[in-house]
Amino acid sequence: MPGQKFGPAWFPGAIAVGLAVCGAALVLTGARQRGPWCALPDWVRRPRPRAGVAAVLAGLVFYILLADRLGFHVTGVLLLAFWMRVLGASWRVTIPVALIATLAMHFAFYKGLRVPLPWGLLEQWAF
Amino acid sequence: MSGTVLAQAFALVFDPYVLWVILASAAYGLFVGAVPGLTATMATALLVPVTFFMPPVPAIASIVTATAMAIFAGDIPSCLLRMPGTPASAAYTDEAYAMTKKGQGEMALGAGLVFSVMGGLFGTAVLIAAAPALAEVALKFSSFEYFWLVLLGLLSAVFLAIGNPLKGVVSLLLGLLVSAVGLDNPAGFPRFTFGNAELAGGFTLIPIMIGMFAVSEILRNVASLDRPWQMAQATIGNVFQGMWGLTKRYPAQILRGSVLGTAIGALPGAGADIAAWMSYAMSKRFSKEPEKFGTGHVEGIVEAGASNNSALAGAWIPALVFGIPGDSITAIVIGVLYIKGLNPGPTVFMEKAPEMYAIFLIFILANLLMLPLGVAAIKGAKQLLRAPREVLMPVILLFCVVGSFAINNSIFGVILMLAFGIVAYAMEENGFPVAPAILGMVLGAMLEEHFISSMIKSDGRILAFFERPIAGGLGALTLAVVAIPLLRRFFRSAA
Repeated sequence: MPGQKFGPAWFPGAIAVGLAVCGAALVLTGARQRGPWCALPDWVRRPRPRAGVAAVLAGLVFYILLADRLGFHVTGVLLLAFWMRVLGASWRVTIPVALIATLAMHFAFYKGLRVPLPWGLLEQWAF
Repeated sequence: MSGTVLAQAFALVFDPYVLWVILASAAYGLFVGAVPGLTATMATALLVPVTFFMPPVPAIASIVTATAMAIFAGDIPSCLLRMPGTPASAAYTDEAYAMTKKGQGEMALGAGLVFSVMGGLFGTAVLIAAAPALAEVALKFSSFEYFWLVLLGLLSAVFLAIGNPLKGVVSLLLGLLVSAVGLDNPAGFPRFTFGNAELAGGFTLIPIMIGMFAVSEILRNVASLDRPWQMAQATIGNVFQGMWGLTKRYPAQILRGSVLGTAIGALPGAGADIAAWMSYAMSKRFSKEPEKFGTGHVEGIVEAGASNNSALAGAWIPALVFGIPGDSITAIVIGVLYIKGLNPGPTVFMEKAPEMYAIFLIFILANLLMLPLGVAAIKGAKQLLRAPREVLMPVILLFCVVGSFAINNSIFGVILMLAFGIVAYAMEENGFPVAPAILGMVLGAMLEEHFISSMIKSDGRILAFFERPIAGGLGALTLAVVAIPLLRRFFRSAA
């Protein structure tokens, strides 16, 4: 910005210099250690953890993309059921927990704390 | 403190609603602390969306109580499963488990409980004495002193973190970079917003913290779900037996642990977990029987158990007086304080004196409440630890989603939560500590603002940062903190 010696670019600029220096130093130490360029964590080779992590990430993306259209309640029940099944809970546990937990969050946040959770598909039955 | 202020504080705390909140948060804290993989910081991050809608005193009360209980409860699975319930118990998990194997589970759990309470009360006493006194001094501070204080805090976070300090610096810089986003800088100029209205206001920290402390933890849990938990001991007898004997036998250890814990807590960036590691190491070094450490010897548990709980209260000293968080928990708390109109700073002790003394009272109350509730938690440990993770993790995850959404009623919060959850997971897996990043995010705006206004005042002279006596002292200390480890490394490699 003209007329200002210490404008808005100063602070990000200083951070960038710091990151560049540290990055170079890390690359140098890494190069000296001669390890592999890239290593995957060991759970990637075990099927249950791999499915679990994938389900968590996919479920959250699903919520971000579709919660407004489907509504919190539908998405919540679906996601809880999906996550619990993938992580290994039985249907007998999954169905009641998914319904009760979603309802509990509805009452705590929508009713209690007045958070406007989207209704989506269930708009006409909103309560 | 005048009598009326204290009376007002009592009225604020001993209100049925506040007491109910304290009790509920205590139960919540004990549960979160006792389940391995759920941390005290995570408990705080998940509480924030709920406290958002409470008056100031119950909001703070819930966090104080839940964290105190969680740090103690972390000892329970250490003894029974050889898994720390929170990172603050990790330092002596092997020791506690070895005691259980020798049939001394009661003593290990009892020591965890009793000396947690003592350490917590000690830290609270220091908080009550030091915070208002420090505030008197801090009233005279100008932007020069604040700049150095913030910088000192950020650097101590880097150097106290376990592991490679270079990675700590990278973590800190990334946090500062996050804080630079948006319009909220001294020039009021939009930075890194890419024309996006959500970004113009800067990143909202609460969804980020939920991501970094809760979602990353869930990912870690899910990645180890195929490793079942195994309980070492099913029934637990009287945990108070022999505690008086231990108190008489190890008074110096209890005091040393409490003092070191409070100090580490008060230093920015390091909290209960690092305090416990340092106290355990200290206990071993000064012990008359260091050879017994690691074989199920109670001495280190006494010292480190007192230390981690005293660190909790210590962390509130810089948080309340300067707005500089002493650990990751208070990094979250500072956001809550601002939302509740209890803006941290030296003047808060004059303008909001009843609320401040109410916080002190809650600290005392929470620590005393730990005795009966802690016994109950130990007795119910079997049921607590049977909580099925495949059900718990999904429910917590959905709660994180709703909580992140609730802060701004925007799906952007959920996006932030997911993105920073993945980043924090990747960082920790690769040895980058998360605490410096959090501190950078919380303190970045303050650092820049005090630097720019100091530079404008002094017309760009760097030396002005050393001209006021306290600023000069703090500046010299900051430079020493950076220079000494570097020099030591240089001489070591030269020799």
